[in-house]
Amino acid sequence: MTPVILLCVLAWIVLGGAGALCRTQKWSGAVVYGGSSMVAVVALSAALLQLATGISPRPSMVLPLGLPWVGMSFSTDTLSASFLIIINLGGVAASLYALGYGRHEREPWRVLPFYPVFLAAMNLVLIAADAYSFLIFWEFMSLTSWALVMVHHGEAETRTAGIVYLLMASAGTLALLLAFGLLAGAHGSYDFAAIRATHQPSWIGDTVMFLALIGAGSKAGLVPLHVWLPRAHPAAPSQVSALMSGVMTKVAIYAFIRLVFDLAGPPAWWWGLIVLITGGIAAVLGVLYALMEEDIKTILAYSTIENIGLIFVGLGLALAFKADGLLAAAALAFTAALFHAFNHALFKSTLFFGAGAVQHATGSRLLSQLGGLIHRMKISAVPMLVAAMAISSLPPFNGFASEWLILQAILLSPAMPQLGLKLAVPAVGALLALAASLAAACFVRFYGFAYLGKPRSVGAAEAQETDGFSCTAMSGLAVLCLAAGLLPGFVIDLLAPAAQSLLGAHMPTQEGLSWLTIIPISASRSSYDPLLIFIFITVSGSLAVLALHRYGSHVVRRAPFWGCGYAGLEDELSPGVVIGTQYSPSGFAQPIRRVFANLVFQARDKVTMPGPGETVPAEFASTWRDPVWAAVYTPLISAISRVADCANQLQYLTIRRYLGFVFIALIALLIWVALWS
Amino acid sequence: MTNAMTSLIPAATSLSIANVLAGALVLVSFMMMYQDRISAVINVLALQAAILGFAVIWQAYIQAAPELYITAALALGFKAVVIPLALHRIVEKLGIHREVETVAGISLTMLAGIGLVALSIVVMLHTAAHAEALAREDVALALSVILLGMLMMVTRRNAVSQIAGFMSLENGLILAATGAQGMPLVVEISVAFSVLIAFIVIGVFLFRIRERFDTVDSTVLDAFRGRLR
Repeated sequence: MTPVILLCVLAWIVLGGAGALCRTQKWSGAVVYGGSSMVAVVALSAALLQLATGISPRPSMVLPLGLPWVGMSFSTDTLSASFLIIINLGGVAASLYALGYGRHEREPWRVLPFYPVFLAAMNLVLIAADAYSFLIFWEFMSLTSWALVMVHHGEAETRTAGIVYLLMASAGTLALLLAFGLLAGAHGSYDFAAIRATHQPSWIGDTVMFLALIGAGSKAGLVPLHVWLPRAHPAAPSQVSALMSGVMTKVAIYAFIRLVFDLAGPPAWWWGLIVLITGGIAAVLGVLYALMEEDIKTILAYSTIENIGLIFVGLGLALAFKADGLLAAAALAFTAALFHAFNHALFKSTLFFGAGAVQHATGSRLLSQLGGLIHRMKISAVPMLVAAMAISSLPPFNGFASEWLILQAILLSPAMPQLGLKLAVPAVGALLALAASLAAACFVRFYGFAYLGKPRSVGAAEAQETDGFSCTAMSGLAVLCLAAGLLPGFVIDLLAPAAQSLLGAHMPTQEGLSWLTIIPISASRSSYDPLLIFIFITVSGSLAVLALHRYGSHVVRRAPFWGCGYAGLEDELSPGVVIGTQYSPSGFAQPIRRVFANLVFQARDKVTMPGPGETVPAEFASTWRDPVWAAVYTPLISAISRVADCANQLQYLTIRRYLGFVFIALIALLIWVALWS
Repeated sequence: MTNAMTSLIPAATSLSIANVLAGALVLVSFMMMYQDRISAVINVLALQAAILGFAVIWQAYIQAAPELYITAALALGFKAVVIPLALHRIVEKLGIHREVETVAGISLTMLAGIGLVALSIVVMLHTAAHAEALAREDVALALSVILLGMLMMVTRRNAVSQIAGFMSLENGLILAATGAQGMPLVVEISVAFSVLIAFIVIGVFLFRIRERFDTVDSTVLDAFRGRLR
């Protein structure tokens, strides 16, 4: 399948060139996005075909690019193919969405050249089969996504986001570079196959694990390396936000799996412990951040951190089980992590598409200025509801299936011999349960304040439904969310070869079980019947709705009431009226903020009451501090700027001093030569 | 060395003559250090270039390398005549030919220079221990000329003296290049040519600086920069 993907990459690059050349033409957007989506369909089918038919991957293809005599080698094994599906599915949907949404872009020529190249770069990272090309394409991916983040560079926030992103991306790449350097050794080969074949001493594996956690974790958004993510993801145009959040973070997970599961050699048990705990912390902190935000795209970005945390918990479990030789359990945890990565790509893309549509329709991204959109954006509200339910891990959607699998793997932890893991894994399980419930609260808030109630601003009151392409893209992904939720067995079987190749075991085949049940370990232990649950939910829900409508709808009476003196409240019945006295998103989050965020984020609510006789309104302010920023980044930034200030003195010396420096350096070197040799 | 000179002069004698010329070059470098009049500095520079020319001619003769005569002609023509004349003109145009440069700590600079010569001899002793003694000395002397030129550039404040230091540094480079056999002529010519270009550029700059700031004392220029220290 490698040649097909390479041809697709070529097509994307040509499309990018076309986007750069025909930048002012009206049809350029249609060509670039339409073309990108078609190419992504081809790449997606190729990857699906490889996984479904089990075509054995060919040995790597070497193209005479890059370094002379070394070239770049490419291969598509089952792991790459699994991730190619995720990436290109997201690519198809985002391109389709952009066909409609991209028309609203004020400066399309800032997006069009980079968008297809970004897709190409992500595909190239997945099929790279040597460290050199992997790193090149990784950087390529970072830079193209950076260019896409900087599209609206007129806004100061975007520029800050761009700088932070660029710095974090460079730091992450540096970590990956060191990891690959260690693996290749002083005179080793950078080819993955050669690295796999050499036996590494254990300290190299340990260091590589840490470096991979830093390098891939910074791209994926693990706490405390996440600071760029909630800034950069919302700053990009929505189709790019969806790609970055839903898809690019998966490329980072791929990098972590490739390095730690594939190349670093046999794992030590404590690798799993570290990854587990990092993931658990990221999951809880990510969703707590999300609960305190009011900007819808930032909420989604923080929720990405939570989901990445979940995936890393799955991967950590897989590492721990693999180290202890419990291969079936490792395969379960690994498959669950991959499944969740797939699911997250589906629902997070949908949510970002919807957020983009909302932003365009109302002109605002703040929850406190939205409301009642379900009446005005009737079509796109449905896939948004599906995605919100899926990300809150409600059955019968896909989010539940994968989180259930992760929890099943956690329940297997007593089989592990190490006391540390025995204690830590249930604690992480509790963290996951907390994160899942907080995520549900977060998306009740998200959906409830954006789509339900009454509009809180004129923009929300006058919102229009988004275009057909966007609705199609969102609905398609929502249908996939439901389908993956109803047929998890199909996805599990599709992911089995990847688990088999990396762990030497895979989950029991789910195909052919009655009622589409999935059985992760054995039927006596646990099983999940999505179809039965779906039927039950549908039937009971319909009955309840019917009964409510039959006995309730006609007795509802609508009447004007006194609005406490607020203008407009009396006319609540007339459509299109802005009502500012509704429950606020900040008020909704207050209990959770009080309980969880008081300590961690030092969240404080401050009410300033007017004095007696004053006619000013009372003021409410809610403040919180990012503990990571205060603990890690502020000292780091101040240290760097202190060093830079010292070095800056050198910028303003006289010519004679510069000559003197050169002279003294030369003399010192000569003296060293004289003394040393 | 080669068979051409063996017939006329013994090898040791020919090498020691080369050594004498190189030593003279170092001596002239020291002479340049204590000149405090700009025209005197230029005259010493011309003298150094002339000695360099003779040294190169001698090398061309004992190595039987006719292309070195071109290098020698370049040295004698350009560096001993044209550039000093041009520098004199510049100095006169700038009206600083009578100026006395305040050179701080001449004796200290001379001492440092002696240290540099010692250092280059020690370095050569260490790095080229197996080479012929006289050839090694030749390179050591060339290195001292280079270092002394740099010292000149660092210690002087007047831009014209700094040019002189630079030219003297370059003389050392040519001496080293011709003393070592096998340096292609192209390299030498390009070195000479680049020095010429540098001279022209610096000369143009001098006039521009002079027009703007009414002086060529580089300490005064520093005050015009955005921020000092």
